[in-house]
Amino acid sequence: MTVDSTLPAPAIVEVEPGHSLWQDAWARLRKNRLAVASGVLLLVMACACLIGPIFSQDYAEQNLSTYATPPSAEHWLGTDTAGRDLLSRILIGGRVSFSVGLCATAVALLIGVTYGTIAGFYGGRVDMVMMRIVDIIYAFPFTIFVILLMSLFGRNFLLLFAAIGAVEWLTMARIVRGQVLTLRRMEFIEAAIATGVPRRRIILRHLIPNVLGPIIVYTTLTIPAIMLLEAFLSFLGLGVPPPMASWGVLIDDGRKVMEEFWWLITFPGLALSLTLFALNFLGDGLRDALDPKASKD
Amino acid sequence: MPLLEVENLRVAFHTRNGIVRAVNDVSFSLEKGGTLGVVGESGSGKSVTGYAMMGLIPQPPGRIEGGRAIFGGVDLLHASKAELNAIRGRKIAMIFQDPMTSLNPFMRVGDQIMEPLRIHGKITSDAARKKALDALAEVGVQDPSARLLAYPHELSGGMRQRVMIAMALITNPALLIADEPTTALDVTVQAQVLELIRKMQQNHGTAVIFITHDLGVVSGFCDQVQVMYAGRIVESASVSDIFERPLHPYNRALQKSIPAFQPKGRDLYTIPGAPPDLSRPIAGCSFAPRCEFATDACRKGDLTLTEVAPAHGTSCRRVQRGEITLD
Repeated sequence: MTVDSTLPAPAIVEVEPGHSLWQDAWARLRKNRLAVASGVLLLVMACACLIGPIFSQDYAEQNLSTYATPPSAEHWLGTDTAGRDLLSRILIGGRVSFSVGLCATAVALLIGVTYGTIAGFYGGRVDMVMMRIVDIIYAFPFTIFVILLMSLFGRNFLLLFAAIGAVEWLTMARIVRGQVLTLRRMEFIEAAIATGVPRRRIILRHLIPNVLGPIIVYTTLTIPAIMLLEAFLSFLGLGVPPPMASWGVLIDDGRKVMEEFWWLITFPGLALSLTLFALNFLGDGLRDALDPKASKD
Repeated sequence: MPLLEVENLRVAFHTRNGIVRAVNDVSFSLEKGGTLGVVGESGSGKSVTGYAMMGLIPQPPGRIEGGRAIFGGVDLLHASKAELNAIRGRKIAMIFQDPMTSLNPFMRVGDQIMEPLRIHGKITSDAARKKALDALAEVGVQDPSARLLAYPHELSGGMRQRVMIAMALITNPALLIADEPTTALDVTVQAQVLELIRKMQQNHGTAVIFITHDLGVVSGFCDQVQVMYAGRIVESASVSDIFERPLHPYNRALQKSIPAFQPKGRDLYTIPGAPPDLSRPIAGCSFAPRCEFATDACRKGDLTLTEVAPAHGTSCRRVQRGEITLD
């Protein structure tokens, strides 16, 4: 190695400033082709669902002359038993499924991570009380809870988010709390305390990054679970009201007639499966990207 | 006025199996730039003493039952979080036993070394980086600029302990508490790390509390030594007195158990029995059940650490009364 004496303090210049965990993770994620492809696919799907319905045919207009026609040039994915264009219904249904999946997950993440971190970090009596509350809510029958909400306040989109979010954060809180509890006793946390690092900073800079892996994995499992939950609620008649559709509703409708009209279950099913696959691959990629130990290959 | 003055420190843990009195009436003081070795076996309360100084006793179940620890006019045991945070990492630093777990695996080494600087006072990132580089170079890390960007798992154990030392001393603290800093390291690395701590101590005038179970480490490193047993200081003296004129049967037994001090081919000396269960009240001397000199009188009454020679205290009442002499 030669040292160029004309360069002042070369050692300092070499160090790139602001290389945060996130920038590192992003650099690593970009190298993971499967994760990138999944991300692009999700983005395309989301954009299609967002913009698509503006250009596509009416998703609600019933037309008996186009009763359950197979895919054709006019109706790319065919029509359903009410003569409605399936593609438009998948696109509009995607809006519901995506937004329920993402919003409810976001709610679950926010509450679950905060709650679990606080319980795990403070421990003792705080932890005890907080986790018993979780146990109590856990024990509450979810379906009855939703039916109660729906019948009290009517079928409301926001309520659906709230109801699903209110249930899904429980597991997240438990997972995070368990992780934090073990991390809390690690020497690097004690070292941080002994360095005079304030609590807030310890939680944000030392604890949360270390629990990101499990959080991300669980999140990628939660989004599909919530999408399926929405489908289940729609099946019970508690989800989105017709003629509005969601992927869950479409799959359920298609299931009833799948022996005669294969496309009615195939395409919505494909849309949901592709999304879930992509979410899982992306989640996997994210987890690896955020773990510095997985970086050297 | 001494740098740190600890009086009658008592720490207990309130567990389901009862109250464990981990530290009982521990008093000591440390002068500026001095080195104090705290020696004892596992569960003797030596680490808890160090942790109590740093406000690291988890409460609950732990509780500081009494005492004071005056450092720079502040009682560390009763200071507020804000007061403690202003002292910790800036005036008192600590290094831990296991370098493998004492660095955050998700944070670059550079960011961790710079963290004390960033928290304690405003500093530009360029200045912080410069200081971190200097600190790494000083603790003998090769190619410090590359190491700043490394993650902890990319470094060896000895290297990580060096990083810990650099991080602890980057703010030039007046006191360093080293909790078994060499226990988890290879013997060769142990010597290097000890040498490094000694060098840093001389360069910066830092006082050191060296917590260890290894008498050998103490002999080469400390001025003052206190031997702890079952949460109490049983003997306190200068390092030469501790080794040459032991005044407590436990200290003598400890030294007899050092393999290097024994003739080859003989069975190793061991202290019979096991340390007492600290969740039960102990009457009299806690070492009495394992002590070859113990009499019935040893199992009653209270103990005090009394000086029987200049600056040489022992808690053994038989030694205090001159009934026995240890060689």
